[in-house]
Amino acid sequence: MSMRHRYRHPGLNLTDTPDEHLAKNETTIFGFWVFLMSDLIFFGLMFAIYITSIGATAGGPRPHELFDFTSLAIQTVLLLTSSLTVGFASLVLKFDAKSGNLIVWLLVTLLLGLGFLFFEIRDFIEIAAKGGVPSRSGYLSAFYGLVLLHGLHVAMGCLWLVVIMIQIQVFGLINVVTTRLIRFALFWHFLDLIWIGIFSVVFFGGLHFG
Amino acid sequence: MDNKTKYQRDLRFYLTGFILSLALTGMAFWAALGTTLSSGKIMAVVGVLGIVQLVVQLRYFLHINARKQKREDFDLILFSTLVLLIIVLGTVWIMGNLSIRMHTV
Amino acid sequence: MNQTHSDLLGRLNLDSLPITALIKNPGTNEIVANVAGLVMLVGVLVVLFILTKFRLWRPLWSDWLTSTDHKKIGIMYVVFGIMMLARGVIEGVVMRAQQAMGAGSGFLEPDHFAQLFSTHGTIMVFFVAVPFVLGYINFVMPLQIGARDVAFPVMNQISLGLTVAAGMILMVSLVVGEFSTGGWTAYPPYTGARFNPGVGPDYWIWAIVVSGVGTTLSGINFAVTIYKMRAPGMLLSRMPLFCWTVICSSILIIFAMPPLSVAALLLGADRYMDFHFFTNDLGGNMMNYANLFWLFGHPEVYLLVLPVYGMYSEIVSTYSAKRLYGYLSLVIATMSIAVLSFTVWLHHFFTMGQSALINAVFGIATMLIAIPTGVKVYDWMATMYRGRIRFNVPMIYLVGFLILFVIGGLTGVILASPTVDFQVHNTLFLVAHFHNVLIPGVLFGLLAGYNYWFPKAFGFRLNERLGKLTAYLWIVGFMITFLPLYVVGLMGMPRRSYSYTDTEFVPWLVLAFIGALMILSALLVFLEQLRVSIRDRDQNRVPFGDPWDARTLEWSISAPPPEYNFAIIPTVTKRDAFAEAKITGQAYGSDDAYEDIKLPKNTPVGIMLCVLSGVWMFALVWWIWWLVALVTALIFLLVIGWSFFVDNERVIPAAQVRQEHQAWLAKLKATPPVDRDKEFSPENLGYAKTELAGDA
Repeated sequence: MSMRHRYRHPGLNLTDTPDEHLAKNETTIFGFWVFLMSDLIFFGLMFAIYITSIGATAGGPRPHELFDFTSLAIQTVLLLTSSLTVGFASLVLKFDAKSGNLIVWLLVTLLLGLGFLFFEIRDFIEIAAKGGVPSRSGYLSAFYGLVLLHGLHVAMGCLWLVVIMIQIQVFGLINVVTTRLIRFALFWHFLDLIWIGIFSVVFFGGLHFG
Repeated sequence: MDNKTKYQRDLRFYLTGFILSLALTGMAFWAALGTTLSSGKIMAVVGVLGIVQLVVQLRYFLHINARKQKREDFDLILFSTLVLLIIVLGTVWIMGNLSIRMHTV
Repeated sequence: MNQTHSDLLGRLNLDSLPITALIKNPGTNEIVANVAGLVMLVGVLVVLFILTKFRLWRPLWSDWLTSTDHKKIGIMYVVFGIMMLARGVIEGVVMRAQQAMGAGSGFLEPDHFAQLFSTHGTIMVFFVAVPFVLGYINFVMPLQIGARDVAFPVMNQISLGLTVAAGMILMVSLVVGEFSTGGWTAYPPYTGARFNPGVGPDYWIWAIVVSGVGTTLSGINFAVTIYKMRAPGMLLSRMPLFCWTVICSSILIIFAMPPLSVAALLLGADRYMDFHFFTNDLGGNMMNYANLFWLFGHPEVYLLVLPVYGMYSEIVSTYSAKRLYGYLSLVIATMSIAVLSFTVWLHHFFTMGQSALINAVFGIATMLIAIPTGVKVYDWMATMYRGRIRFNVPMIYLVGFLILFVIGGLTGVILASPTVDFQVHNTLFLVAHFHNVLIPGVLFGLLAGYNYWFPKAFGFRLNERLGKLTAYLWIVGFMITFLPLYVVGLMGMPRRSYSYTDTEFVPWLVLAFIGALMILSALLVFLEQLRVSIRDRDQNRVPFGDPWDARTLEWSISAPPPEYNFAIIPTVTKRDAFAEAKITGQAYGSDDAYEDIKLPKNTPVGIMLCVLSGVWMFALVWWIWWLVALVTALIFLLVIGWSFFVDNERVIPAAQVRQEHQAWLAKLKATPPVDRDKEFSPENLGYAKTELAGDA
């Protein structure tokens, strides 16, 4: 068994010394990976529908009239940076869990996530003001469907992060809480991966083929 | 290796991933917004940059590579990618063909 | 449907009740609808009465509803499946009656008939086949791999809760409002808001979404359990074939349920929020829906049928007293089917209008599936070859399956040819085909497995004579019902027709109706078998747990199994570990390595989510927005609140485990083993004098 445990799970904060919770944590985190892959298919289908809906604007506003690329750049940098700060939090958890830095990095992540949501919602409001509402066309339905789905994931992630931060305060870094934190980190990195697809396909693809 | 060295090694790892991602994102934005190539070429460039960035983030943020972790995770990701490709490319093929035949575009 | 709506009750009002329609417009149609509702209400009242009279509320709550034991959750899934099966079969019989009398108009209104085929399909797929299969997997799989529970016991409970809630909302549609008339596939734009503004499609959407979440969670749970929780030495290559089919089926669930959820949710977005995914105006594309639905729909039939193939594999080798022939080829065939099932979805809409090239590609991919399936059929036959076969109930189903399933498979290959499909698509030929694969392929297997594993679950054997009668009634009833449908299908009768004018159909449809009555009697005998078996349970007890001289680990423990399954986790050295141990005389040993066993505590979170999600669906269907908001908030509170309960394990001390296990072993040693000739005598206490020998 000890040979097996030298290997690391992606993002899993395993120490090199054996740990009584190891087998169970591996199971939990593997299960979360499986869930993420199921979620990936969900996103993949929304991407497929978006691609098939490019051009289906039905005389309504077209992508280049709607998108604000400065805001897109800001959102992208915010989300990417938050992925890095989650990474920093994982490092603190691994090497220096006793220090208060963990909560600081988690808080920074939360603020970056909320910042992302702020700009995204502001964009939606502006797009809607230009007549870009989902009921206007199949294209806009697909656009909102996909981008909102990602936004909802980010919002759920923020809520989850708040709960975890409370639990760190209440219970300390007991095993249940740290595996939740590790799963959260996986979730957050996953959302950044999806975002790469969104700015490439939804925004740039929409701009050049819509 | 003591803890401090390991910490610095891992920190560098994350920072490398971040800087590479930032650069790739910047290039994608520039290709999409700052060039005058044809749409097809632009999207090819954006697509390649996107895929490279996916690999970078998987490698540097999620620590995935073919050797270091258990087979299960890697197999899972490969199989998911296979299904994803079948589903997405299949859908685009079928619906694209239908749309051409029905003159909806 | 009246579309007025209030803040308090949304669009719910007196006109939503079928009794109102009966009073306003008495007729056969309304009587049938009201009797159906009445039967359900009476059923509910009888259950409530029995629970109260025999003071069963407390045990129901503490032993079952809050239990996290995979065996109990599995049993509850199957009970739920049987309940829904009864409704599905009755609906089928009513539809056969309508079509038998349908030259003219029959006795049902078209709208009512449309509800019947929609609920029948939805129920049979999502609330009979799925819960049955999930139930068997829950009960059997952890025992076969030598685990104490599934990987996520509480999530397992939540899966059950969501599936049951969705099934219940379907039952509610019988007495409040109406169900969808859009078939089990619910194709827009017909099910869109413009053509179908009533509550029917909304019932369908939410039942599908909620049960879909439950099923997905189960899939994740089973896959992780098999990957991570196997007993020491239980390599993948040593797993019983059932477990192989479970892992493939779980993978199908994980990757094929999202398309269904996407399809249903986007249809919901169209209906509730005026999106344009599938509408015919403003750039919507209803063909996207067909594509999404069948991306799910095809893997779905394989995720149902694969575990049943696994059950047949276990059964055929046990009752032939032989090792399963071609284990490796069966594993490869299972995996091939799982992967191929993702590449054939287009054959459900060959006629949509895409190019001949695309049709050809998917047609060929479809035909390829016949190859691994054929391999399996030969493997099962080869297992029986020169075996000492005992024609117990499960074997009767197996033989019926082998013969009939080959016919169903062949008509599948016929349909896989796009040119033929253009002729028979949307006719009763297709209906005959998919019943011909799903009834022998899934239902017969489930009934076989029911007779096979029932003694393990409850500690006593089922009545063999009534079991055989049920099996023959099912097999013959199936043939008389569905083979005629091939004929009328080829004659051109469209599916889902409530009436027709061509009187040449009549004799065939009357024949099919007679068959449907046989199936109904099969269902009744099935219930009678259960009643008689419970009455006679004391003559049929099998406490030692191995009534069939079987091969896999689940038979090595007592029946019913202790809550911790294995007193000592077995160490596996070979395939069919228990058969090997019996041959070498090492079964029922104990090396005294008892340890404290940690099990999850009971929790009410699953049943609470069941109730909350049920109310949530109802409120959404009827546009009772304040209730939607309230229940959504409660669900969040419940999940977050529950995550604060971090201490959720209890310990069974080693001393207690040792005492229980040693007492069982002592009794077993004091009992003479019985041979196969006495399989049905009261002497068969589940301690088999094995006839397996050598490298069997």
